[in-house]
Amino acid sequence: MSEHSPILLAALPELSVDAWIVITGAVTNVACALVGCFLVLRRMSLMGDAISHAVLPGLVVAFLFSGSLSIVPLFIGAAAVGLLTTFLTQSLHQYARVPGDASMGVVFTSMFALGVVLLKKYVSGVHFDVACVYEGALEYVPFAEPVFGLPRPLFTTLVVLLVNLVVLALLWKELKVSSFDESLASTMGFSATAMHYLLMTLVAVTAVASFEAVGSILVVAMLIVPAATAHLLCDRLGIMVILAAGVGVAAAILGYLAGYWFDTNYAGMMAVAVGCLYALAVLLSPRYGLVSTLVRNLRMSLKVLRDDLLSMLYRVEELSSEKPLSPAKALQAVGGGWLAQWGLAGLVRVGQVESRDDRLQLTDAGRNAARNLVRSHRLWETFLVEHLGMPLDHVHEPAHRVEHYIDEHLQKELQAEVDATAGDPHGREIPE
Amino acid sequence: MSGLSLSEKVMIGTSLLGGMSGVVGSFAVLRRRALVGDMLSHAALPGVCLAFLVLGNRDLLGLSLGALATGLLAIGAVTVIVRWTRTKEDAAIGIVLSTFFGAGIVLLSVIQKPGVGGNKAGLNFYLFGEPANMLTGDLYLLAVVSSVMLLIVALLYKEFQLVSFDADFAQSQGWPTLRLDLAMMAALAVVTIVGLPIVGVILMAAMIILPAATARFWTNRLPMMLLLAGAFGVAAGLIGTQLGRDLPAGATIVLTAAAMFVFSLLFAPQRGVVARVLAEWHLRQRISREHLLRALYELGETRLPQIAALPVEQLRAYRYWKPRSLERLLQWAVGEDMVKLGDVHVQLTPLGLRHAADLTKVHRLWEMYLMQHADIPADHVDRDADDTEHLLPEAVLVELEQQLADEGRLPRAIPEVPESPHELEASREP
Repeated sequence: MSEHSPILLAALPELSVDAWIVITGAVTNVACALVGCFLVLRRMSLMGDAISHAVLPGLVVAFLFSGSLSIVPLFIGAAAVGLLTTFLTQSLHQYARVPGDASMGVVFTSMFALGVVLLKKYVSGVHFDVACVYEGALEYVPFAEPVFGLPRPLFTTLVVLLVNLVVLALLWKELKVSSFDESLASTMGFSATAMHYLLMTLVAVTAVASFEAVGSILVVAMLIVPAATAHLLCDRLGIMVILAAGVGVAAAILGYLAGYWFDTNYAGMMAVAVGCLYALAVLLSPRYGLVSTLVRNLRMSLKVLRDDLLSMLYRVEELSSEKPLSPAKALQAVGGGWLAQWGLAGLVRVGQVESRDDRLQLTDAGRNAARNLVRSHRLWETFLVEHLGMPLDHVHEPAHRVEHYIDEHLQKELQAEVDATAGDPHGREIPE
Repeated sequence: MSGLSLSEKVMIGTSLLGGMSGVVGSFAVLRRRALVGDMLSHAALPGVCLAFLVLGNRDLLGLSLGALATGLLAIGAVTVIVRWTRTKEDAAIGIVLSTFFGAGIVLLSVIQKPGVGGNKAGLNFYLFGEPANMLTGDLYLLAVVSSVMLLIVALLYKEFQLVSFDADFAQSQGWPTLRLDLAMMAALAVVTIVGLPIVGVILMAAMIILPAATARFWTNRLPMMLLLAGAFGVAAGLIGTQLGRDLPAGATIVLTAAAMFVFSLLFAPQRGVVARVLAEWHLRQRISREHLLRALYELGETRLPQIAALPVEQLRAYRYWKPRSLERLLQWAVGEDMVKLGDVHVQLTPLGLRHAADLTKVHRLWEMYLMQHADIPADHVDRDADDTEHLLPEAVLVELEQQLADEGRLPRAIPEVPESPHELEASREP
């Protein structure tokens, strides 16, 4: 790395080979993640896959015309083919009524086949390795010819990252609105179609810039997975973009470490790493994760079970029945199972229910809570009959479901609507 | 079969593959799962590598079973993601595809390390496909798999058809749609994985989609579509291998299929672009002809029953025709004996008047209907009726006329067909 240009040489510390690899990976991942967010939101994730395959003939033609692998003609070729792919996919879908996914598949596979044939026919012998397009050559980045003191692949991806950042900053509102609501975009006076093509151009250029460094598979991964991961973690586009970029950087670092540890392909490891990050988000996302959903559902079921036990005991007391309600019977009545046992244990623990001589009994605290529930239940039943005219034998079930969610405020409102002194529609008293 | 030359083997093999992927791909395309083929062919790579690492050789059956295992795992992963998370199907496919393929690349580079034994020269063919590697045994494998696939499709034909066209209905009828979907995808996985070493990752995805999408242009019936897709696949295999003597055969097969697709896209009857453009052109022509006749009727209506001779300029200004297009319209009308054209005047013939009166009647019936039943104000109905009148089916018109006549709203100006002078035979009624 002795050929650094003098100006930047002063600014940049001498970095190790490994640092260059991580930096290049991170820059590429962030560039892809930025545009990827919009792809995922527009449900066009696979457009990234399609474009990154379809650019092959564009690259070959650009190479044939310019006779070199220099970056400008390759970009022009890639952008042109990217737009063509988008346009053909769209037209096939719109005018020839081919289903959207099939039209994408038709276009990019045919383009790729064309690229393979062109490659074989005209470019054989030149360094244009298809396997390399897949796997990338992240390992060789530090040894690439330097441009302004940076390895060339890093320089190109850095430029593309800047372009993406600038476009996103300038057209943030337009991209956002057109991603969520195309018709609104049109009524606000800018073309959703133009935004669509702009985005596809960015995807194509980003993909081509990243190929040399990380290979097409990491491009596809980074266009989709960081954005999908961020989408699981938040509900705001601004945060999603930042998170996606963060996931991209994390994947670069983790992928590098794993690749170093197992001594294998870095780009492949980064793709695996980002896949694992996604899996983690699927499990652990605070809001949409499987674990938190499971916990939420469990707590809900537990609350419902406890409420049901309490109000059942209250009703038994109300009938002043002499027959004791044994724990086993009570559990059976609310559906049984370990969850019911757990719920009953909880009630006993907080001192709302006592279990004496195989007989369940409400404590004073329990009675108050139960009275409140039964009140909610009967108020709701009365309301359904008086105001919605529902038949008597249809109101218990909805009231049974809704009683857990009726708070004090709603109770007051219900009370104002119905005549509570007259008892519920079944003739039972509505407790105070 | 050992007497076959390599090129014959390749031809038989690729056409078997083409036919099989055409049939199975038809369901994938109809079910909007076209890109699952793409995912499967990527997800096969780690399986191939693992199988190689375990077996230590590149026995096709072993590698294929490995590929099938990770392919099915990928399908399971996508199903789980779509069912349990807020990630949409397209992103789910992309995530699984790239992660699995990344893992495959990692394993591949492990295999390529000098310490790992076995003949690994041939693993790349799984990525890019090499028909010329085909052995007689592979041909038997292909033949067996194709027959099994055809058998499965035949056995589950009704179920697959139902799920492809209306999964919600299928579910409401109590069919196990999830299991049927998985069965369909598993069939797709088997076909994809058998085809991978022949045409490669990307081009296998094409073989799933292209013949099916091509067949869709030619027919609206599923059995015909399956037949055609199979035939197109076979043809692509045969012609593609012929063309691809010194080119990558996988690519030429796909390009052949793409050429058939483009041809069908353009020239298929009904759904083809040319047919649709022609049909639209005909419709447009009919509309402007009908507008001409109605304009002539409306301009001369006050002087009926005399047929007025109208200045051509007045007619042109009435609908803002361009002089050229009006000229062409009038020439057509003269040719059809609908109008008489003088130096500056134009006049309907009695035949033209009949047609024009009918058209005007349709227009006004529709206007009245819109005012009455769609509550559209009187000054807005003209344009709406203008657009719709040409498309109204006869039955609707009869109904409209009857309805308005019953209400006593049918204006006198609309010419009635006189009663038949003789008694009509009841038997002629349909």
